[in-house]
Amino acid sequence: MAPKQTPSQTIGPYFSYGLTPEQYGYDYKQLVGNTLAEDGVEGITIRGQVFDGNGDSVRDAVIELWQADSQGRYAHARDPRGSNTGFGGFARVGTGTLEGHFFEFHTVKPGAIGDGQAPHITVVVFMRGLLNHVYTRLYFSDEAAANGADPVLAQIGPDRCGTLIAQRQDGADGPVYQFDIHMQGDRETVFFDA
Amino acid sequence: MAAAEGFAPRDWDSHPPYLSPDYKSTPLRAPTKPLVILPQSLSELTGPVYGQDAVGPLDHDLTKLAAKTAEPNGERIIVAGQVRDEDGRPVPNILLEVWQPNAAGRYNHDDDQHDAPIDPNFLGAGRCVTDDQGRYRFITIKPGAYPWGNHFNAWRPNHIHFSLFGPSILTRLITQMYFPGDPLLELDPIFNGVPAASRQLLVSKLSIELSEPEWALGYEFNICLRGRLATPLET
Ligand SMILES: [Fe+3]
Repeated sequence: MAPKQTPSQTIGPYFSYGLTPEQYGYDYKQLVGNTLAEDGVEGITIRGQVFDGNGDSVRDAVIELWQADSQGRYAHARDPRGSNTGFGGFARVGTGTLEGHFFEFHTVKPGAIGDGQAPHITVVVFMRGLLNHVYTRLYFSDEAAANGADPVLAQIGPDRCGTLIAQRQDGADGPVYQFDIHMQGDRETVFFDA
Repeated sequence: MAAAEGFAPRDWDSHPPYLSPDYKSTPLRAPTKPLVILPQSLSELTGPVYGQDAVGPLDHDLTKLAAKTAEPNGERIIVAGQVRDEDGRPVPNILLEVWQPNAAGRYNHDDDQHDAPIDPNFLGAGRCVTDDQGRYRFITIKPGAYPWGNHFNAWRPNHIHFSLFGPSILTRLITQMYFPGDPLLELDPIFNGVPAASRQLLVSKLSIELSEPEWALGYEFNICLRGRLATPLET
């Protein structure tokens, strides 16, 4: 008999020293944090909050990003072009250390991967009360033409695809893209099953 | 989209549903709209890679990693197993991260106000990378049960939190490993959020083969990730 998938369970409230120890002040080296950089490429900030069904910001969520580099290449053997920039593409942060329970990432804007999709980042969300993680995607407000041609956004339709588009503001340290995640309500974020 | 080997879907007969009302944090956090089916593009077929060089020499031994003046309190145990996919293939070279409370049921975390002692020699975090047969092994302290605010007199069964990657971002998994014969399991809404037929997949087995004489009992916990499909899903 074929083995069955091991069931998912919630990350619970006490992940901090296991998954994000340095961010939360523990004396244990963390493998991954909220910063990704690529030599010679302008950095961007991604900033947002996670809201529950009452509209309250969630203070014990973990957000993970998986993205291509500025040329649209993934640091993974399945990308035939490979990435030669040393850009890892994976970042993680908890929402428990900034006022207002914001998450913040410092990264670069990914290039298009070349299959007709607009530039985007895969976003994975974990939290207490979520028995299985959710997947969503972050698109960029300053890519209107590419977004207009993106097959995934087209499939979702105009009513809800706005929940996936991070809004660019220009800050002193470069562009800041605002991306809030709503678990429920009128603006419930589009979550995917792939 | 080019034909390429993709990943089998999440098996919702095995995973808990998002809305599981006996677990009282789910009603305000579960998505209410159906998930949108996403075709598997390069963004889904790739994922973060962490090799053996990512983990330190003591990261798999939670009894030594944070020990300052003495060994941590409690019952030393070995937790080991194999990570495979649904097709039975071992999943080599993937990162496992674990975290847990100490023997007294106390997490080393500011938010944990349970009136049980912190162990200065135990952090409760560890990590390792599977070998070329998908095998992993941790040495740790058996975690204690702890109370939580879900309902009157609610206690979590003994458990260790596990986080795994696998070959793509789609095989990402966070779960909890439980211990055999724990009478708290049948009372626990997080464990019982899992469809009944799959609950035992989260319960480790006492293994005399993994145990080391005069030193520590061994528990076997095997993990199964999403398998492969010949072609990516199309909508
Ligand atoms: Fe726990």
